Amino acid sequence: MTVNVAGRAASADSRRGQPESAELIQLLTPEGERVEHPDYPLEISAEELRALYRDLVLVRRIDFEAIALQRQGELGIWASLLGQEAAQVGSGRALGPRDMAFPTYREHGVAWCRGLDPTKLLELFRGVSHGGWDPKAHNFHLYTIVIGSQTLHATGYAMGIQRDGAVGEDGEAVIAYFGDGATSQGDVNEAFIWASVTNAPIVFFCQNNQWAISEPLERQSRVPLYRRAHGFGFPGVRVDGNDVLACLAVTRKAMQAAREGQGPTMIEAFTYRMGAHTTTDDPTRYRLAAELETWKLKDPIERVKAYLVRTQAADEKFFEALDAEAAEVGTGIRNACREMPDPDPLTIFENVYAEPNAMLESERDAYAAYLASFETDEAAR
Amino acid sequence: MTTLTLSKALNEGLRKALENDPKVLIMGEDVGKLGGVFRVTDGLQKDFGEARVVDTPLAESGIVGTAIGLALRGYRPVCEIQFDGFVFPAFDQITTQLAKMRYRSRGHLSLPVVIRIPCGGGIGAVEHHSESPEALFTHTAGLRVVACGDPGDAFAMIQMAISSDDPVIFFEPKRRYWEKADVDTAGGVAAALPLGQAKTVVSGTDATVLCYGPMVRTCAEAAIAAASDGHSLEVIDLRSLSPLDTDTIFESVRRTGRCVVVHEAPVTGGLGAEIAARVTEECFYRLEAPVLRVGGFSTPYPPSKLEEHYLPDLERVLDTVDRTFGY
Repeated sequence: MTVNVAGRAASADSRRGQPESAELIQLLTPEGERVEHPDYPLEISAEELRALYRDLVLVRRIDFEAIALQRQGELGIWASLLGQEAAQVGSGRALGPRDMAFPTYREHGVAWCRGLDPTKLLELFRGVSHGGWDPKAHNFHLYTIVIGSQTLHATGYAMGIQRDGAVGEDGEAVIAYFGDGATSQGDVNEAFIWASVTNAPIVFFCQNNQWAISEPLERQSRVPLYRRAHGFGFPGVRVDGNDVLACLAVTRKAMQAAREGQGPTMIEAFTYRMGAHTTTDDPTRYRLAAELETWKLKDPIERVKAYLVRTQAADEKFFEALDAEAAEVGTGIRNACREMPDPDPLTIFENVYAEPNAMLESERDAYAAYLASFETDEAAR
Repeated sequence: MTTLTLSKALNEGLRKALENDPKVLIMGEDVGKLGGVFRVTDGLQKDFGEARVVDTPLAESGIVGTAIGLALRGYRPVCEIQFDGFVFPAFDQITTQLAKMRYRSRGHLSLPVVIRIPCGGGIGAVEHHSESPEALFTHTAGLRVVACGDPGDAFAMIQMAISSDDPVIFFEPKRRYWEKADVDTAGGVAAALPLGQAKTVVSGTDATVLCYGPMVRTCAEAAIAAASDGHSLEVIDLRSLSPLDTDTIFESVRRTGRCVVVHEAPVTGGLGAEIAARVTEECFYRLEAPVLRVGGFSTPYPPSKLEEHYLPDLERVLDTVDRTFGY
């Protein structure tokens, strides 16, 4: 018997961007043609379209600036969202203000939609804080770096919504973001089980960007990811993750179902990580340039622009103004990053505990005295 | 005063917490209808309902991970880990998430989650049912770690742990679950000793014996036996393992000049090592002998027919106390 250690039985075709088309929900083709889907009717005004386009462009600009800041030594690392803008903006704009989002560390587009100042994200990647924004201010939880852990937090939060009686017509729901690699984590599978047996108001939004650092999807799954949901007892759908309209419509419907008490949905946003995993990664070691070229033809932003132009929903003045705004956002980010002060050394000891802790306080005092001894030496010189 | 077993005292403490705060939840495996394998949650689901006393799926990471989410939503979950050796599937959620989220959020988030863990050996159990993993948690900043040693403390400490805005790992000495004592259940916990404070169980003058959880009774008995040999031992129940009540520890050791730390956990890298280092640094000129440790061996927990050799007992405590008098 031959053991197939390479495990190539999985649908290798699907990761190359050729998903079974019948499974993929799409409302805007890569060429910018509007198509209808019977389950996801979407009425959208020219103004709303322009607003989505603006989100996509500005989010890409923020990402572009952050990569440059890393190259210049201003950030320690950056996890680029290049290629995933539509998945994040489409799902992010489907949320109501009272809904709660639990991100991974790559959800810069969702952060933007939730109104978080992008410089807060830079703090984390600069090493000034571990995040440190107030999750309650924007209903946007802190970035979670350990893969998949946040899906359980999201599920528990959703169980809290149930206990608060906040499920129903005017209900609240939770969205948990994670990637294709995370679907192998025990925590994600446990989150599916908990959400399922408790019928929790939650949407599991998986951005399948085809790569978990260097590992292709076939290392994680033999079945399309969205089909995993069926085994756990709730619906799973696959949406074109580079189609902002489809991501918006599908997430809206799933969130509304969750708010109304119909339980969880898994959405697999089929997309592509066009950049490196992070600025420390080198994708040329594990994937072919041709693959990237294929996905460039499906760019999430170009198709919206094509549609806006063709339908005359936006004119040249709009695009020029947006270019200027993007440049301004870029300048703002660069300046804010460079001006960000290093934290005071003694903040190391803050916010470890809610209650006073004499052991920690004595460590802090000893280190403060040690630091002060240098100042005394300086003064004596 | 009511006479209660330690298990029943915990049950009464949990009941009080559920009564006093509608945000308190109990969650774990078999905690509902069954009342927990040690019956600590007996009758609570019947009285407080399935939404507040929750029989969870059988996965420890899921229990702690969803408890974190519930805490983020404003709840105060009390998780039961069925046995000490089963906590490890949840270790990631406890150490990387529960312990660090306040710090990560720069104080914007509080996670008032209690994780109850029946701990220690002496019940003749199979593997993974007799361990003492406290040092793994005291090594983790952001967690409070406590252990109760008698029914009175069990009743008060569980309520204080639940009221704490910090995550608390709460160790329960499983072989003492059925031991009885008088407990003042009518009075509130306001008059009780604060959660972070150690308690002098036996006052003495010749040597300080530091212990917690299941070893408190063992050491108190050792003090009685030592008295007949003419040695006056001071036995201190640490109660809080992180942070340590170093004031009480140092004050006693400076007075007695000798210190023995007793725990069931292996001595290598155990809490006794931390205490020995601190006592040595702070009480150096008052010490008549090195700080000595009595604990489990640096082996995995043995089969139960051998556990009487592995677990410190009265004789081994006295033997070590004698060694400190040999310097």
